[in-house]
Amino acid sequence: MAHEHKLAIFRGLVKFKSNTQKIWGVLIFLTIVTAVEVVLGIYKPKSLMVQFLGMKGLNWIFIILTIVKAYYITWDFMHMRDETKSLRRMVVWTAIFLILYLIFILLQEGGYVFDVYKDGFVKRDF
Amino acid sequence: MSTTVVNTGTEGKTWGGGNKPLNASYGKMMMWFFIVSDALTFSGFLAAYGFSRFKFIDSWPIADEVFTHVPFFHGNYPMIYVAFMTFILIMSSVTMVLAVDAGHHLNKAKVTIYMFLTIIGGLIFVGSQAWEWGTFIKGDYGAIQTKGGNILQFVDTEGHRVALRDFTTVNEHSDRTAHERKNGLWFVDEGTLPTYTVEEVIHGFEAHDNVLVRTQIINDAGEKTVLSRGESLKLLKENGKAVVEGANLHVNEYGSPLFADFFFFITGFHGFHVFSGVVINIIIFFNVILGTYERRKNYEMVEKVGLYWHFVDLVWVFVFTFFYLV
Repeated sequence: MAHEHKLAIFRGLVKFKSNTQKIWGVLIFLTIVTAVEVVLGIYKPKSLMVQFLGMKGLNWIFIILTIVKAYYITWDFMHMRDETKSLRRMVVWTAIFLILYLIFILLQEGGYVFDVYKDGFVKRDF
Repeated sequence: MSTTVVNTGTEGKTWGGGNKPLNASYGKMMMWFFIVSDALTFSGFLAAYGFSRFKFIDSWPIADEVFTHVPFFHGNYPMIYVAFMTFILIMSSVTMVLAVDAGHHLNKAKVTIYMFLTIIGGLIFVGSQAWEWGTFIKGDYGAIQTKGGNILQFVDTEGHRVALRDFTTVNEHSDRTAHERKNGLWFVDEGTLPTYTVEEVIHGFEAHDNVLVRTQIINDAGEKTVLSRGESLKLLKENGKAVVEGANLHVNEYGSPLFADFFFFITGFHGFHVFSGVVINIIIFFNVILGTYERRKNYEMVEKVGLYWHFVDLVWVFVFTFFYLV
C-alpha cells in the first residue's frame, strides 16, 4: 500500500518530517486553540463583548476558532488532505452548503419569534 | 464497415472509465458519506438549539453558571472539567490516528497499543459525560418556578448565589406526602416531592433580609437581573408556583426547560455515538490482536473506524462551542 501524506500545514509554513510528527504538531495546535477558547470563556474580556453582525464579538471568535479546529481534525486526522479533490469537495461542500442553509433559516425564524414575544401581545413574564 | 465504437476519445481522462476518480475504496467512501449524513443530523440538532436560543435570547441560561463543578473538588470552576473532557477526546483522536499510521506500516504491536489507548480515552470521556449529567440532574442551589414557567433564583446582596437550604427550613407540621399508586388512584402517581414547599421558601425568604430574587432576564451588562427586596417578595408571593431542584425534561432550576431538553438530547446523542464508537473500536481491537488484518496485509478497517472516531471528536468540538462557550 502506498500512502503518500502531505506533510505541510498552514499553507506550507510548517513542514513535518514524518506523518507521526505532523500528528503531534496538529495536537499541539489544537490544544493551544482549545486553551485560548477556555481562557476567553472564563475571563470574557469586556473589549470583545461588542455587538457585531447580530452577535457578540467574542462569540464570533469562538465560532471561527471552532471551524479552524474542525478544519485541522478533518484535514489531518481524517486525512482529507490526502484524498482526491473530487472526494474532498463532494463531502465538504455538500455538508457546508446544507448546514449554512439550515442555520440561516432557523436562526432567522428564532429571531422573528423573539420579536413577536417582545413586541406582540404574547405575555411570558408572569 | 465497423459499427463498433472502439475509441471514445476519453481514455486517460479522470471520468473516462477504467479509472478510479475518487481513488478511495468502497468502504472508506461509504464511511465518508455516512459521516456527511450524520453531520447533517447533528447540525439539525444544533441549529434547533440555536433556534430556541434566539427565541429566548434575553433569558437563556448562562453556561458558565450551570457547569461549574469538577469531581472531587468543591468550589466554582466554570469550564475546567469540560475543557478536560475536550482534551481527552482530542487525545484519543491522536492515538487513533497513530494507530492508523502504524497500520500503514503493518506494525501490529503498535496498532494494538494505540487502539487500546483510544478505547481507554473513549471510556474516560463517556464516564465524564455520565458524571456531568448526574451533577446537572441533581442540581445545586434550587429555584422557584413561576406560574408562567419562569425560574426565580436566589442571591445575597453581593450577588453570590444562595441555595434554598441556606435560608429555608422544613415546616415540621406539614403533612404533605407524595401520592403513590397504592394509596389512591392506581393509575395516578407523582414524582419525588421537592425538599421544600413554596410557602416554606417564602417564610425563609421573609426571615432573611440579605436574600434577593434573581430573574432569568439578562440585562445590558450580560448578567441576570437582580430584583429589590420588595419586588422579590411580591413576585414570589404572587407568581411562585413550584420548587425546582435540579433538572429533568420538564423543569430546570438553571432556567428555560428547553436548555435542559437540548442538553440531554444533544450530549446524549453524542455520548451514544462515543459509546458505539468504543464498542466498534473494541471489536476492531480484538481483530487486530487475533491477526485478522495481519493476514489480510491491510489495516484499512482501522482506518475506517478511525474516520468514525474522529468524526465523534469533530462533533464534540461543535457541541463544546455551542453549549459551553457561546
